[in-house]
Amino acid sequence: MAHNTRRVYLDNNATTPTDPRVVEAMLPYFYQMPGNAASRNHPFGWEAEEGVDYAREQIASLIQVDPKEIIFTSGATESDNLAIKGVFEMYRSKGNHIITVKTEHKAVLDTCHKLEKMGAEVTYLDVAEDGLIDLAALEAAIKPSTILVSVMWANNETGVIQPMKAIGDICARHGVLFMSDATQAVGKIPVYPKETGVHLIAFTSHKMYGPKGVGALYVSRKAPRVKVTAQMDGGGHERGMRSGTLNVPGIVGFGKAAEIARKEMAQDAERLSKLRDRLEAAFLANLEEVYVNGNREHRMPHVTNISFKHVEGEGLMMTFNQNIALSSGSACTSASLEPSYVLVALGLGDDLAHSSLRFSLGRFTTEDDIDYVIEKVGSGVNHMRDLSPIWEMYKEGIDLNSVNWQEH
Amino acid sequence: MAYSDKVLEHFKNPRNVGTLDKSDKNVGTGLVGAPECGDVMRLQIQVDPETHTIVDAKFKTFGCGSAIASSSLATEWLKGKSVDEALTIDNMDIVEELALPPVKIHCSVLAEDAIRSAIADYQQKNGMEVTSSAEKAH
Repeated sequence: MAHNTRRVYLDNNATTPTDPRVVEAMLPYFYQMPGNAASRNHPFGWEAEEGVDYAREQIASLIQVDPKEIIFTSGATESDNLAIKGVFEMYRSKGNHIITVKTEHKAVLDTCHKLEKMGAEVTYLDVAEDGLIDLAALEAAIKPSTILVSVMWANNETGVIQPMKAIGDICARHGVLFMSDATQAVGKIPVYPKETGVHLIAFTSHKMYGPKGVGALYVSRKAPRVKVTAQMDGGGHERGMRSGTLNVPGIVGFGKAAEIARKEMAQDAERLSKLRDRLEAAFLANLEEVYVNGNREHRMPHVTNISFKHVEGEGLMMTFNQNIALSSGSACTSASLEPSYVLVALGLGDDLAHSSLRFSLGRFTTEDDIDYVIEKVGSGVNHMRDLSPIWEMYKEGIDLNSVNWQEH
Repeated sequence: MAYSDKVLEHFKNPRNVGTLDKSDKNVGTGLVGAPECGDVMRLQIQVDPETHTIVDAKFKTFGCGSAIASSSLATEWLKGKSVDEALTIDNMDIVEELALPPVKIHCSVLAEDAIRSAIADYQQKNGMEVTSSAEKAH
């Protein structure tokens, strides 16, 4: 395939490339400074600890919190688990009710399911067609036994951003802790938990151009002072909330990534939203029956989720996946054979969910990449429609809802 | 998950894509699957009324690469076969030929259903006894 090796990466919501500046910052911590940050009695340990402390400051500064409020973990999944299970265990005597949303990441939903088996009562809020939650429904769901509200900052599949400040206000009014999985938002848009009224946020390095295998949990220390019960027992690292030797090079890289994000986030967002809009506009102009999923105003600047009706997502991706990387909400891309539960929660029919592609741009996406994707994906859609019996029926004016399908 | 070379080959060069005149008495049409399930296959056969031989077969499929490859392969196999021979095509033959992984076996089942359904349609149209149930129990 040497003749055709162009590769465009538009799957930045899955993971981002590590910024070369981040890699450079990490390198000395592998060999020259190999110490354990918990070793208190020699320079190797001190250097490592200094590296970690500096990274903690860089990360705290990105989200405008105190460095002491940052707990390092292995990633956002662990942070979500620690936040939700840790709060449930710590505040169990106050109540057992948790409120979350149907479109959350599995790291939150499956954690909640586990807690249900351990005596928690969980309310899963619906979202509207645009992916936003109904604030009145949230407020109505709060009861005396409610100890935690968990709402993701921005959705991984659609990029839809929830009204975090308004949710924070509701939680404050009712004296309920507010936790957010902010994995997709931190480093891409301003995320300031203190002014928003969020008491815990989970996020990770590898979605913001840092290395994989390191994440963080912000835990508010003041007004309110929040405590979580450790889920990993051991040496009492991270103020007793997360034992385990710190991943020093990873944390240093995470810190550098946070510093770069703080400085460049605004310009990245502006550039990427223009490219994203151009991509979206081209598909809407060039092709029929194209639908953008989720609220287009309250949305991450680098994401668009689009359904190309009467074409199945995985098949469509096969027309260009040697050259273009992206994701689909189609069932065939998952082991479960169910289409994306996030898109289904938005009220999309299963047929549109099967036909969806998620384009997530990133810092290294160029204008040229976008033009290439417009052309390649557009011709892929046309090719697949030529193969599609339901496209042919649609073109003949047959009402597909009136067909008696032989379902499996 | 990587696709087998045979799936890729059929996907890139699908055989017999197209549409036969479904009002033709000698054409049998099978439409199986549902858009909600992410797979719809339409398979058509044209039968020589004298010899009961399938002289042409066409398909269109909405689905993943394995579904498209399964239907493409099915049309290839159908051509030149008698109706009775066509009914012996088993979904596991397709699985084997295309090296489909377990999660894609349903694509081959759909292709077998499409064959049976197209033959049943042809038989019904011509007042013959329907020897294939449109859907195999599964």
